[in-house]
Amino acid sequence: MSGHSTFEPKNPVLKWFESRLPIIGLMHGSFVAYPTPRNLNYWWTFGGILSMMLGVQIITGIVLAMHYTPHVDLAFNSVEHIMRDVNWGWMIRYMHANGASMFFIAVYIHIFRGVYYGSYKEPREVLWILGVVIFLLMMATAFMGYVLPWGQMSLWGAIVITNLFSAIPFVGEAITTWLWGGFAVDNPTLNRFFSLHYLLPFMIAGVVVLHVWALHVVGQNNPTGVEVKSSSDTVPFTPHATAKDSFAMVCFLIFFAWFLFYTPNYLGHADNYIPANPLQTPAHIVPEWYFLPFYAILRAIPSKLGGVLAMFGAIVVLFFLPWLDTAKTRSAKYRPLYRQFFWVLVAVCLGLGYIGAMPPEGWYVIIGRILTAYYFIHFLVILPLLGFIEKPLPLPASITEAVLKGQAGGSLAPAGAPNIPGRGA
Amino acid sequence: MTELATPSLVEQPTRRDFLYIATGAFAAVGGAAAVWPFISQMNPDASTLALASTDVDVSAIAEGQAITIKWRGKPVFIRHRTAKEIEEAKAVPLAELIDQSARNPNITTGDDTATDANRAAAGKEPWLIMIGTCTHLGCVPIGLAGDYNGWFCPCHGSHYDTAGRIRKGPAPENLHIPPYEFTNDTTIRVG
Amino acid sequence: MSRTLSVAIKAAAIAFASLAASPGFAAEGASTPHKQDWTFSGPFGHFDQAQLQRGFKVYREVCAACHGMRLVSFRNLMEEGGPGFSEGQIRLLAAEYQIQDGPGEDGQMFERPGRPSDRWPSPFPNEQAARASNGGAYPPDFSVLAKARTYTRGFWLSLLDLVTQYQEHGVDYIHALLTGYDQPVPEGQQGQPGLHYNPYFPGGWIAMAKPINDGQVEYTDGTPATVDQYARDVSAFMMWAAEPHLETRKQTGFIVIIFLAVFAGLLYFTKKKVWSSVAH
Repeated sequence: MSGHSTFEPKNPVLKWFESRLPIIGLMHGSFVAYPTPRNLNYWWTFGGILSMMLGVQIITGIVLAMHYTPHVDLAFNSVEHIMRDVNWGWMIRYMHANGASMFFIAVYIHIFRGVYYGSYKEPREVLWILGVVIFLLMMATAFMGYVLPWGQMSLWGAIVITNLFSAIPFVGEAITTWLWGGFAVDNPTLNRFFSLHYLLPFMIAGVVVLHVWALHVVGQNNPTGVEVKSSSDTVPFTPHATAKDSFAMVCFLIFFAWFLFYTPNYLGHADNYIPANPLQTPAHIVPEWYFLPFYAILRAIPSKLGGVLAMFGAIVVLFFLPWLDTAKTRSAKYRPLYRQFFWVLVAVCLGLGYIGAMPPEGWYVIIGRILTAYYFIHFLVILPLLGFIEKPLPLPASITEAVLKGQAGGSLAPAGAPNIPGRGA
Repeated sequence: MTELATPSLVEQPTRRDFLYIATGAFAAVGGAAAVWPFISQMNPDASTLALASTDVDVSAIAEGQAITIKWRGKPVFIRHRTAKEIEEAKAVPLAELIDQSARNPNITTGDDTATDANRAAAGKEPWLIMIGTCTHLGCVPIGLAGDYNGWFCPCHGSHYDTAGRIRKGPAPENLHIPPYEFTNDTTIRVG
Repeated sequence: MSRTLSVAIKAAAIAFASLAASPGFAAEGASTPHKQDWTFSGPFGHFDQAQLQRGFKVYREVCAACHGMRLVSFRNLMEEGGPGFSEGQIRLLAAEYQIQDGPGEDGQMFERPGRPSDRWPSPFPNEQAARASNGGAYPPDFSVLAKARTYTRGFWLSLLDLVTQYQEHGVDYIHALLTGYDQPVPEGQQGQPGLHYNPYFPGGWIAMAKPINDGQVEYTDGTPATVDQYARDVSAFMMWAAEPHLETRKQTGFIVIIFLAVFAGLLYFTKKKVWSSVAH
């Protein structure tokens, strides 16, 4: 994916194969020789962590599908059968349920890293848009997966979310009926959600391949936001990035294991251990934590269609981010004003998440509206203006210069050839 | 393609090698341990294993009749044999048998030869209880059929005699006998 | 990133603190259950076999008249990590119950003595029958009830629960509910006829009458036969019923986390070695 590879196998069999299908060279060029900026920090390890989590979710999901029954009368019991009777079933099911949350934790960090360092800017617009597509697919997958255990939250979450589509003028009713395959969320809905929940992760995997491809065409961004200029700016992916990513992955797995083994129901809802009952709504309908900011935006607008539009708009606006941000400087490190606004945005998103978990009453409604308004103002007003107002700090001439400056405590790079072994492809 | 020939790396090769080997070993052990639950989950689960026994009332089975019950998802033949059938089975010289083993886990005497006595229920000679899957490729043989008037498998033509022993055809073994016991004169607990 | 990070964390903290101070946390007018000591809490949590056996006795003699436990089989009671009954005890126990089976050869359903592989028989054939016998209220099934009940902890305590591994919301609630009867009804409150006051129940009025009294179930091991003890024991039993692999889960977790910690240490030094010659 990094274009031309210099890989040449010595083994005659491999040579024969490689001249017919250069897949080893492709892998070698993408994950071994691929030149990586030498100054990437640990925020850059979340791409690898996300690949790992996608793998974990697909493997555990395939295993769960071997024991799960997508039928309204049997779904809840079959999940409990997995928890009680299947060998290691409890572990695999908790892995899948908590793995979804871990996936979202990692993807939110990954997204905010891109936002902080301006990784969406020219020439990485397509890379960014593919990322937003993956995010959308992840949300659809997670939503449908949460319906499958057929507990109270599964059912009522499905009812509320599918009813969003009824807000569409004229065809809304027809669309919800079509989504349900009936007049309510029932067995046909559960069946199709199971089918799609199985399909979508493979579509995610496909878009991930495109995402990585696009990344390897334009090269990675880095904390300085200055493009790679010479081979001294980079190190080969293996062993450097491999070792760093592996360390980060295992640290992330420890975090994951804490949830999985000690607090497996912490991120879930107790109500989902009550079998679905279409005649009785739980007292508080709350989506999974990773949807809470969007849920808050949905509820902030006192009109059905308006709320739905705002919620989808909150994601759509991300597609246009590369053009909404008018600044030429990429990294927030050299954008003193943008940096402040970035952290305000983080606080606003966390605040929206909090509001989304609270009942829609009193001050929560007002704060929710203020935060929602700010969210859109950030993208639609602040970012476009900031590019004209802000005076960025002077950029380093190259990644190497920035690194050596930092290393030597402000002194300049040593005279003569710097002691850098990195020789990118 | 990249040489890391800097002095600092050449310094302590043994310590560095040990670190890499230890890390690699941990990765291998961790990977193998993580794979196990995903293999193990395909084995029979606890609820399947618990369905190990079935009680059958055999009082209504007249001489010469047979019933088929389901045990662990497989057919089990329970046949009340006639005196003639027993005689036929007893008359077969052991040397003629393809499979010399009784295939009977209920034998306590240690004698495993495929005699009629070792195949039939202990002390209840007319009763023959067998798992009804052909030892060739798992089809269900037809009763009171075949060259030996025992069982005949229609899939690939295996013939079993009146003691359920393979006599002709591709099947390698006598029909297997499940673990069972008579809990009273008319009730068999299979499994 | 770190300088601005601390600023942002402070900003977020202030935002949250102002939010958390506002009302909305009091759980629908219900009293907050008190945290109890459970042997199965924390990273080394394990069930107390004697307690599970007592809890099972309470369930069987008192609760089972109305509450089913349809996902639990007799055999579960003799499995590892549970009450630890012997196979013989379970065979005898199962045989005391009549289980519907069939259809037999005559095409009719029939009843036979239970076997260890049978599920716990429900006291009512279906939800409608259960409601009809209980004044319209449905006595919930006990199989996963300990995980299906909780109470509101609020934002900050919830964060703390993640660190302290407090996961016993359900059993604390059940214990509080069972010991929460016989309290004076607050002035001005009146429930519907047939409802009973219990401050721990959301809304304060519950259809279930006080289910158990001191001395109602005989304990032979010297444990005090009090409502408090009954509630504790049956709650522990319900936790086991809802999470029968809890012990294995926590034990496995300990090994996995230790392994991963050592592995992470090795990887850290590997990474350091690999990068030792590269300024970054």
